[in-house]
Amino acid sequence: MTVFLSLTFSGVALGAIYFLAASGLSLIYGLMDILNFAHGLFMTLGAYAAWDAATHAPASWGAPVIFVVSLVAAVLGGALAAGLTEVLVIRPLYGRPISQILVTIGLDLAATGLLLGAFGSNPQSLPVPLWMMEASHFAGISLPNADYVAFAGGLVVLIALEWFLRRTRYGIIIRAGVENRTMVSALGINVARAFTLVFVIGGAMAGLAGLLYAVVFSGELVSPTQGDSLLIFAFIVVVIGGLGSIRGSAVAALMVGLVQDYTNFYLGNHPGMAEIGNLSVVLLLAVVLEWRPRGLFGSAL
Amino acid sequence: MTNAFDVTDLHVTIGGSHILQGVSLEVPRGGVTALLGRNGVGKTTTLRALLGIVPATGTVRVMGTDVLGWPTHRIVRLGVGYVPEDRDVFAGLTVEENLRLAEQTPEPHYDEVYSLFPELRARTRQRAGTLSGGQQQMVSIARALLNGWPLLLIDEPSKGLAPRLVSELAEVLERVATLSTVLLVEQNLAVVRRLAQRVVVLDHGEVVHTGAADELDDPVMARRFLGVAGAS
Amino acid sequence: MTRARVAVALGAIFAVFFALVPFISLHVDWVLPGTVNVVNSTGTLEVLALCFIFAGVALGYDVMFGFTGLLSLGPVMYFATGVYVFDIALTRWNWPLASALGLTFAVSLVLALVLGAIALRVSGIAFTMVTLAFAQAFYYLIEDNPHGLTGGDTGLALSTARLPAFMSGAVSNTRNLYWIAFGFLVLAYAVVWVVTESATGHVFVAIRENERRLEVLGVRPFGYKLASYTLSSLVATGGGVAYILLIGTAVPSAVASTTVTLSILVMVVLGGAGTRWGAVTGAILYVYLQQYLLKVAAQPSFATLPSFLRVPLSQPQFLLGAIFVLFVLFVPGGVAGLVSRRRTPSLKQLVAGQRRKQ
Ligand SMILES: Nc1ncnc2c1ncn2[C@@H]1O[C@H](COP(=O)(O)OP(=O)(O)OP(=O)(O)O)[C@@H](O)[C@H]1O
Ligand SMILES: [Mg+2]
Repeated sequence: MTVFLSLTFSGVALGAIYFLAASGLSLIYGLMDILNFAHGLFMTLGAYAAWDAATHAPASWGAPVIFVVSLVAAVLGGALAAGLTEVLVIRPLYGRPISQILVTIGLDLAATGLLLGAFGSNPQSLPVPLWMMEASHFAGISLPNADYVAFAGGLVVLIALEWFLRRTRYGIIIRAGVENRTMVSALGINVARAFTLVFVIGGAMAGLAGLLYAVVFSGELVSPTQGDSLLIFAFIVVVIGGLGSIRGSAVAALMVGLVQDYTNFYLGNHPGMAEIGNLSVVLLLAVVLEWRPRGLFGSAL
Repeated sequence: MTNAFDVTDLHVTIGGSHILQGVSLEVPRGGVTALLGRNGVGKTTTLRALLGIVPATGTVRVMGTDVLGWPTHRIVRLGVGYVPEDRDVFAGLTVEENLRLAEQTPEPHYDEVYSLFPELRARTRQRAGTLSGGQQQMVSIARALLNGWPLLLIDEPSKGLAPRLVSELAEVLERVATLSTVLLVEQNLAVVRRLAQRVVVLDHGEVVHTGAADELDDPVMARRFLGVAGAS
Repeated sequence: MTRARVAVALGAIFAVFFALVPFISLHVDWVLPGTVNVVNSTGTLEVLALCFIFAGVALGYDVMFGFTGLLSLGPVMYFATGVYVFDIALTRWNWPLASALGLTFAVSLVLALVLGAIALRVSGIAFTMVTLAFAQAFYYLIEDNPHGLTGGDTGLALSTARLPAFMSGAVSNTRNLYWIAFGFLVLAYAVVWVVTESATGHVFVAIRENERRLEVLGVRPFGYKLASYTLSSLVATGGGVAYILLIGTAVPSAVASTTVTLSILVMVVLGGAGTRWGAVTGAILYVYLQQYLLKVAAQPSFATLPSFLRVPLSQPQFLLGAIFVLFVLFVPGGVAGLVSRRRTPSLKQLVAGQRRKQ
């Protein structure tokens, strides 16, 4: 039972990271019809920004402060990369969704290549407070503190995002734009600003996801291609949840995180099943699409 | 005073079909000008081209300003309210949020809007997607009126409404027309007769007739302009 | 008519030239990708053969993407099928060549029909995502090394025991493998030509332009889309077979990862989606440049460059990605669009077709 509980909780932590990665993708798709292949890049750049900040911060600040600094750096790094992407390469291609998808693919290839050239394919080690790896006991289960941090991060962002989308004018513009972009501009609103905004928000969340993924799941290592592997799962989460739906992303992220965690643990030790966790996620996608081609919360496609 | 809209030689091509083939029309300030024509002749497309929603060639002036090629939101901010053909309320947003989205002036005319549509006041928290067709039309018109803009483009407001609602709607539009210049697309001839002073008739992507609205009192003329659909 | 004749004549000249390349022992400085600056050196022939293989695969992909307007991100799955099924049949099961070939294409056909039918239940972006997910699952499966068949991450070297002697991977056979790769390209080109010029091919283009209109005319697009998907998959499988013969070893990251799919997409767009020779040109340029840039970066003098030049220039992936971004932004029709503006459907038109479907 405790094993099952611990497993559930770490699945939820993984789901929280998927949510951070997927909700931005989902908003970008919902509002702009862009399948953003550069999203994995934003995650990678967020993690590198965190690494850069943490290795340059004076040690006298102490590990917790340095970690907070690297957290901020990840968020800002992801947001900056995404904002620049939108303004420099997406904006000239408004009205040409396929070209926009292609340009994000090219950008991802080019920037990942640059990172490989600069850092090689060897991962960099991210300084993280020791506390992160210590286990805490909670309700009879024992997990590394990093898992709780990831969970808390996902929850805080979910609440903040819901608040933003429900309560602020720009949030309402984004929700309306996901339904009908043309009508939003016919009310006198400059939708292009909302486009930049969703990229910046999506990039910030992706940066955070990149950092948390490195801390929780890849042994505090940061590598040029880590975002690309996360991206595929983020795509799957978005499709399962329904393109353009934040709640859908949240639910689907949890489902994917849990399915991956359970199948990995219970079946992954059998010979020839090392990848069963990943495979079952794809299977989940196929089942959901057969049953509901629009995804769980999708309205239109 | 400059005209509300001056359109010359407007061409629109969508997906290989040449939909507007040189539309020219003038809409003077004040009152209601009705844009008439059979189904599918390009009335909606004309309104969408005026707002820059579909790309067009030719010239489009809004209150004397040449706006061709402008992004839609800038044209709208010159003072053009738009009530689209299928209402296009944001179904997932509440009535209040739909209206809030339309605010473009520091002092939106909520009092006026609610006095025209008292029903909406009671439903501010309801999701627009769950409103009846008539109520959705109210939201759509309310959005266009909220800023007290001088020009209004209204596309088939009576479409799909029960006859009683149509006459209520006509009453509202009559009040609206005392404050703004309206370019109205409408298939219901009774509504056109009641509201419009001028008519412009489109056929096959071109203007084929411009004249005073009372010409429509002649049933032969009415049938000619509107085909079977308008013979009421 | 004359235009078509000029095209055929040009194609024939190119074909004869490339067929004769293994006999040209000319010394050429600077431009060759191999380590030895001789036209028919093993290194150069190998790079050219790789160019032809990807040119064929890109051409097949173009039938689906450029002609039919289906943005699939799964072609690598069928390429990997060609590589692995053929490799496993020969190496693990010691099958004779003909049976191995038969099995490879049969597996590819069944996979394409089944997975294609599932993926085509949805359209637009969802189709793209589903194909991507399937290809990714396939990659995990190969990495998993089920029953010790694929060799997992370490890969699976091709056993040449059952191959005719002239095909074995010996250096002296490079020119034979070159001709096999070239033959694959010529065959792929012929098939794609016949199909795209046929009535079926015109329906493909009509689907890209406006699927709705076709439905109004009473044509059910599904069968045609599946046919286009399957044809492009079979061509990719053929490319996979040629690849494993040439390279001699299968490694998942090189033949089954999404990076391969993205490269194929980049090749087609660089050359000009929706044209046959554009896809071929794009692929040849891409592979050639990639190999050539690697050679340049390995030069000793390269290490003396300042790091802000050396780092980006040493990464073909960076340079090709950047070129691709510039092409998408400024040359939407690709190379083919630059050469003949008239016949190339630009990306803009492709997109217009896509949007009308919604
Ligand atoms: N996005 C589009 N793609 C293709 N054809 C279109 C598009 N929009 C409009 N059309 C075509 O253009 C023509 C004019 O359409 P429009 O909606 O302007 O007509 P309308 O006069 O408003 O008709 P109705 O009275 O039925 O509303 C029609 O034949 C329509 O099919
Ligand atoms: Mg209309």
